[in-house]
Amino acid sequence: MMELPIEAVKPPRPGRLVAAVVAALLMAWLAYTVIVNPNLHWDVISEFLLDGRVLGGLWITIALTALSMVIGVALGVVAAVMQLSDSPVLRGAAGLYTWFFRGTPLLVQLIFWFNIGLVFPEIGIGVPFGGPMFLQWPANELITPFTAALLGLTINEGAYMAEIVRAGIRSVDPGQQEAAESLGMSHRQILRRVVLPQAMRVIIPPTGNQFISMLKTTSMVSVISGAELLTVSQRIYLDNFEVIALLVVASTWYLLLTSVATVGQRFLERRFSRGH
Amino acid sequence: MATSMVKIESVRKRFGQLEVLKGVSLDVPAGGVVCVVGPSGSGKSTLLRCVNRLETIDAGRVWVDGKLMGFSEQGGKLHLLRPDELCRQRQEIGMVFQRFHLFPHMTALENVMEGPCTVKRLPKAKAAERAKALLDRVGLADRAGHYPRQLSGGQQQRVAIARSLAMDPKLMLFDEPTSALDPELVQEVLQVMRDLAASGMTMIVVTHEMGFAREAGDHLVFIDDGVIVEEGPPREVLSAPRHERTRAFLGQVL
Repeated sequence: MMELPIEAVKPPRPGRLVAAVVAALLMAWLAYTVIVNPNLHWDVISEFLLDGRVLGGLWITIALTALSMVIGVALGVVAAVMQLSDSPVLRGAAGLYTWFFRGTPLLVQLIFWFNIGLVFPEIGIGVPFGGPMFLQWPANELITPFTAALLGLTINEGAYMAEIVRAGIRSVDPGQQEAAESLGMSHRQILRRVVLPQAMRVIIPPTGNQFISMLKTTSMVSVISGAELLTVSQRIYLDNFEVIALLVVASTWYLLLTSVATVGQRFLERRFSRGH
Repeated sequence: MATSMVKIESVRKRFGQLEVLKGVSLDVPAGGVVCVVGPSGSGKSTLLRCVNRLETIDAGRVWVDGKLMGFSEQGGKLHLLRPDELCRQRQEIGMVFQRFHLFPHMTALENVMEGPCTVKRLPKAKAAERAKALLDRVGLADRAGHYPRQLSGGQQQRVAIARSLAMDPKLMLFDEPTSALDPELVQEVLQVMRDLAASGMTMIVVTHEMGFAREAGDHLVFIDDGVIVEEGPPREVLSAPRHERTRAFLGQVL
C-alpha cells in the first residue's frame, strides 16, 4: 500500500501574529513596571509572606472555607431534598430559606449575625414558645467573630448549594428511581445509593466553583474582624502603612489556595464521572 | 384451577382527564407466562406498573401471591401501606424496563449486587458470588467489570434481568424489554426470557414480539383503549382472532 504523508504548508495568519506580539509586549511591559516599581517594596512582601500572623490568618481562612463548605453542602442537600418533597410545608420552609438568604447581601448577614446579641441577648436550650430554659449563655460570649462568620457563611452557602443540589437531583433520569423502587429500595437508600451519586456529576463542577469563590468570600469577614487572611493583613498595614505590600501578600496566598482547589476540583470531577 | 400468582380485579387508572385503564381483570397462575399486546397508548404498560405499584390505582384490587398490593385490610377498611411495607412487597416482584435503567455509575456486577447488598443486607462476598452466577446465567460472565455505557443494548438488558433476578422474585414484569434494541440484539434477550419461562418463573410480558408470545407464552392478552378486548391461548388469538379490533391490530404488526 502506498503511504501518502501530509506535510502541508500553513497559510500565513498575519493578524494573529500581530495580536500575539502586541499581547506579549503588553504583558512584558506590565511585568516590568511592577517589578522595577520602587513603591512595591518586594523586601516587605517577602518578609511578611511567611509571617506568623499572616500564616495564622491563612489558617483561619482555610478553616472557615472548609467548615462553611462542608456544613453548607449538608444544609444544601437537606434543603434540596425538602424542596423536592411531596409535603407543601417542607417545600415551603426550604423555599423560604433559599429565598431569604439568597435575597439579602452576605455582607449584611455577616454584620447581622455578629450583632445577634442585640435581638437575642441570651441564647440557650429550652422549651420553645416561652417555656423554661435549661441552659443559656449571653449572646455576646457565644458569638465571637469566628462563630458569627461561620454562621453567616454556612447559612448563606447552604441556600446556594440547595439550588445546585436540586438541579443535580433533577438531572437524574426518573427511570433510575423506578428501577431502584422495583428492587424494593427505600426512599433513603435510593437517594444515597442511586440518585445522589449520579447527581454528583452535575453537582461537583458548580460546587467546586462555590468552594473557590468561598476561599475569597471569607475576606468579607474582615468587616467583623474575623481574624482571617485579609483581617490580619489589614491589621499589619494599619501598623506599618505597607498597604500594597500586604495586599500582595494576601493575594498571593489567595491565588495559591484557589490554584490548589482547582486541581482538586478536576480530580473530583473525574472521580464522579465513572461510567460516563 | 392453579393458584394465582397475580390476581388483578377491575383495576381503573386515570391520569388527569384521561382514563387509561377502564376496569381490567386478569389472573396469572404461578409459573404462568402472560403476554400483553396492544397498540401504544392502550394502557398495557400502565397495567404492568400498577402490579408493583409504580403507579397507584384509582379503583380495583391487585393481589400478588395472595397479598393485596399497596394496602392492608383491617376491619373491612383499606389502609395504605407504610413505605417500608411497600418496599417489602416490591422486593418480591422483579421489573425489567424498556430502556434498561441500569445504574450507570456501577459496573454490571455492582448493578446485580445492589439489591441484595442494600436491601437484603447480604454480605458483599456472598452477593458478588451470586451476582457472578447470575451474570453467567444470562451469558455475561466476562462482562462483570464493564460499566453499562460499555455494553450493547442487548447486554444491558440481560444485566437488568440479572439485577432483578438477584432479589429472588416470585414474579417478573417485563415492560417492552426488546423495544429499544437494535433488531439483531432482540433474540439474545428473548432467549434469556425463554430460559427463564422454562425454569418456571411467573412472568407478565408487555411486548410487540408476537413470535415470543406464540412460543413462550401460555396466555395472550390484547388490550385496547384501557380494556381487555380479547384473551386466550396465544396460538388461537394470533391465528384466529375473534374480535375486529384484534384483527386490525394483528394485521398491522404481523
